[in-house]
Amino acid sequence: MEVFVQQLINGITLGSIYGLIAIGYTMVFGIIGMVNFAHGDVFMVSSFIALVAALVLTTWLGISSVFLSLFIVLIVGMLLTSLVSWTIERLAYRPLRGSFRLAPLISAIGMSIFLMNFVQVAQGPRNKAVPPMLQQVIVVMERDGYEVTVSYRQLVIWAVTAFLLLAFWYVVSKTSLGRAQRACEQDQKMASLTGVDVDQTISITFVIGAALAAVAGTMYLMYYGVVSFSDGFVPGIKAFTAAVLGGIGSIPGAVIGGLLIGLIETMWSAYFSIDYKDVAAFSVLVITLIFLPQGILGRPEVEKV
Amino acid sequence: MTVNAPLLSVRGVKTCYGNITALHGIDLDVHDGEIVTLIGANGAGKSTLMMTIFGNPRAREGRIVYQGRDITQLQTHEIARLNIAQAPEGRRIFSRMTVMENLQMGAQIAEPGHFQEDLERIFTLFPRLKERIGQRGGTLSGGEQQMLSIARALMSRPRLLLLDEPSLGLAPLIARQIFDIIADLNRRTKLTVLLVEQNAFHALRLAHRGYVMVNGRITLSGTGKELLDRPEIRAAYLEGGRQEATAEAR
Repeated sequence: MEVFVQQLINGITLGSIYGLIAIGYTMVFGIIGMVNFAHGDVFMVSSFIALVAALVLTTWLGISSVFLSLFIVLIVGMLLTSLVSWTIERLAYRPLRGSFRLAPLISAIGMSIFLMNFVQVAQGPRNKAVPPMLQQVIVVMERDGYEVTVSYRQLVIWAVTAFLLLAFWYVVSKTSLGRAQRACEQDQKMASLTGVDVDQTISITFVIGAALAAVAGTMYLMYYGVVSFSDGFVPGIKAFTAAVLGGIGSIPGAVIGGLLIGLIETMWSAYFSIDYKDVAAFSVLVITLIFLPQGILGRPEVEKV
Repeated sequence: MTVNAPLLSVRGVKTCYGNITALHGIDLDVHDGEIVTLIGANGAGKSTLMMTIFGNPRAREGRIVYQGRDITQLQTHEIARLNIAQAPEGRRIFSRMTVMENLQMGAQIAEPGHFQEDLERIFTLFPRLKERIGQRGGTLSGGEQQMLSIARALMSRPRLLLLDEPSLGLAPLIARQIFDIIADLNRRTKLTVLLVEQNAFHALRLAHRGYVMVNGRITLSGTGKELLDRPEIRAAYLEGGRQEATAEAR
């Protein structure tokens, strides 16, 4: 029981990170029908941006307040990562619009390899670490000497994720920007007839996805304390799995899928072999694709026209 | 811009889909305050012309001038922002958005301050939409979708409205209602309309002037009445099934 509760806490934390990344996959897929395989690496790049920003703040500027530095790191990370993603879309995807369907996908894989290698060359192949922060824990329950704890880090991750999801939900469902975004998702030609700049809306979609990935990247760095150039790949594919599980194109689906994948992974680690946790997560992808290809909240293929 | 320059002028426009030429040099004018109709059989290129005016597909040759400004090379959304609206072929309702959101999309480029007033105006024209305001566009009936498509176009307060087959698939009574609304808007608000129709009889009676399109070319033009009286028009577009027309002919 205690192990279960502890893993539930850990799983929700990991799932929040996956969910934030998965939104980027699902939004881009929704609007241009393309799986942006470079998104995981954008997430990794954002971790490195956070790493550099955190080091600059603590060692050079001597900011000691954890929350202030975390806040600044988040803002800087979101801005710079958005810029990276915007540039990628401009250089690698937009010129291929209207080309055959596989072209942007191949370009995305190329971009993924480029980002990974660029960071490897620029930052070195070894794990990079940040000084541990927010180490305090709260004991939630205790039995027979086994303590179930929630760390401050986890609480921060939950709070930031919840706040961002609310803000993001508001933008998508209530603002004219979000409406334009959804309109482009449904019918780009009609959206342009109402005066929506479709190219710009697609750029904004990439920027929003990247900003959420940047938050995930910062959280990831804070949670694990280390990051390496190859860390975009596996979390990226897991977030993609989350998006597929939730129903690709559906934003609430991405969040639910992310939480489920996080929980499956941590529960598997607790009760079965931890070495096989990735196998468990990816088996979900295979099982979903076979038995529930539209995902949990996905739309069925047939639509009334 | 001289007083008599047309609001919209299409000159020698040629449009291609790949190697297939859909429009072979179209000349057409729409003057301020007019209802102009474009009639022709399926595949004549009517809808292609409507979309070419919006730059998608782009005209390969020729010029499109709106309010004295060459818009041939502008992007679709830039053209929409010049206060030209279109209710396109196939209605193209945003099916996963509510009626309200569809109308908000139509008002995307309008002054936000006008929204409530314009909404009231739309509800007077189409009371049905008021009842359906929270419903998803995809769940509306065909006639309601057509009303929504026109209403959405009107929400931008257009100076020129392009209507592509507003009567397609509608019961005759509802089609007539829609034609009445168009005539009424034109009379009261001087809304300029370019109307594509298969329902040639209604369209020509409604319009001040008309053009007939065959295989990507304008073959005839004249006032609505002139065209209605031409024997070849009667033969090609009006006889057979168009009872009112035949009744009048006798």
